[in-house]
Amino acid sequence: MNAGPADAVAVEHLVVRYDRTLALDDISLELHFGEALGIVGPNGSGKSTLLKSIAGLLAPASGSLCVLGTQPRKVAPGAIAYVPQIEAADWSFPANVWDVVAMARFAHLRFWQHFGEADRRAVEDALRSVNMYDLRERRISQLSGGQQQRVFVARAIAQKPRLLLLDEPTTGVDAETEEALRRVVRSLVADGLPVLMTTHDLERVSDWFDRLLVLDRRVLAIGTPGEVVASGAYASIREHTHTHGHARTA
Amino acid sequence: MNALLVPFQYAFMQRAFIAAVTVGLLCSIMGTYVVLRKLSFIGDGIAHASFAGIVIAYIRGMDYYVGAAIVAVGTALGIGFVHRRGNISLDTTIGVLFTAMFALGVFLMSRLRSYAVDLQSFLFGDILSVSVKDVFFIAGLGAIIAITVIILFRALLYTTFDPVVAQASGLPVATIEYVLLVMLALTIIVALQSVGIILVAALLVTPAAAAYQLTSRFAPMMTLAAALGVTSTVGGLYLSYFLQSSSGATIVLLATILFFIAMALKHLRLVRTA
Repeated sequence: MNAGPADAVAVEHLVVRYDRTLALDDISLELHFGEALGIVGPNGSGKSTLLKSIAGLLAPASGSLCVLGTQPRKVAPGAIAYVPQIEAADWSFPANVWDVVAMARFAHLRFWQHFGEADRRAVEDALRSVNMYDLRERRISQLSGGQQQRVFVARAIAQKPRLLLLDEPTTGVDAETEEALRRVVRSLVADGLPVLMTTHDLERVSDWFDRLLVLDRRVLAIGTPGEVVASGAYASIREHTHTHGHARTA
Repeated sequence: MNALLVPFQYAFMQRAFIAAVTVGLLCSIMGTYVVLRKLSFIGDGIAHASFAGIVIAYIRGMDYYVGAAIVAVGTALGIGFVHRRGNISLDTTIGVLFTAMFALGVFLMSRLRSYAVDLQSFLFGDILSVSVKDVFFIAGLGAIIAITVIILFRALLYTTFDPVVAQASGLPVATIEYVLLVMLALTIIVALQSVGIILVAALLVTPAAAAYQLTSRFAPMMTLAAALGVTSTVGGLYLSYFLQSSSGATIVLLATILFFIAMALKHLRLVRTA
């Protein structure tokens, strides 16, 4: 490992357990600034667990995590933006699209500080970047799955984070929405943001990511999409995902 | 016209109206969080557990409020701890432990030979017995809760909608949840004398649930819940004077009628919430 302080994320020998179940076993990786790292693997391979560990939502059993130069839970407020799978949210909550995206700014605001012009601008820009500005007054319970995904990505962007974690943001979205999301993420990466993203969609990995990690509780392969495809680990996961992956969804 | 103002000429009724406004406001504001976070069973559990505190305080010659508040806050923190640990089902914990606390209260009360104060009024509420000291207590606690909600408004909103993402973005979600549970416990204590242990959960849930039917954003929901809550407590108190009925029960029944009106309005699509 040549993980240094210059990396946005450095994971070394990470082990995560749920009770007695081993969810992640001896994971090591580093994520650089201005890089999009994709995580692929079958259902139950620990993709979401890895993102949650880096977001500071899960405590590791052993190993070390260095996120933006410190431990995940000591990262400055607002620095990490996490986009969960849309099923995780309560879409019956009384809020419209603007309200949800505006919440991203709360991590930056002390209670006496007003939600100011800069905050409004950040929310507006984020909504425009995912083509949701025209629907800003729509109640979130009225959104389609693709629109929900875009709202969550917009919320993460409005936070203006220093690290972006996305959990399967392309699941259930149409080709047009996926392309819109891809352009947004690639432009953030071009501006230097480090991005870690899980995906089920194995078709366009080389369009999305600079590097790819094949995960099945352990790191099976990591490298450029081309290297990973050549290693053969990708092919086995690809077959696994297509033949068994969906059947294993609980 | 004069007949309608008759209740206000009595000092005990004036105190009861002050208590009714405060309790209606607090319960429906906290109730907005209770409904959206699905905590109504927790509210019920805290209320029932606090009965043991009231009886123990009575036996020890302490102030009832102090005994109830200690037990209610302790219960709320215990629930929060179990909730965060997540090993045992929260429903089961409340079902076992807090009904047991209630049973302990009934047990201790039944062994008392005589009681000068009617402990049963804590079960069903007696807003007409609110003393001057009670008014200061209710107003003081109410002010503390209101100020806390104002300070934590954005954090409470974010952690209610999406606690996981809020935590990832750096909000102290666990601390906020504990603060909310303590505020909930204190709200229940404030409301106990007015509506009683058995009915306090209704005052937490019903106005907020009615407001949820008719609104599509958070702040309007809380505002409407507060309006419906105060209408229920003040209107219920007023009605109970003329109907010579139990104030707590009348308040809860009025809140329930408002809830069904809200449901009918939504069902008939007379109010757009999209």
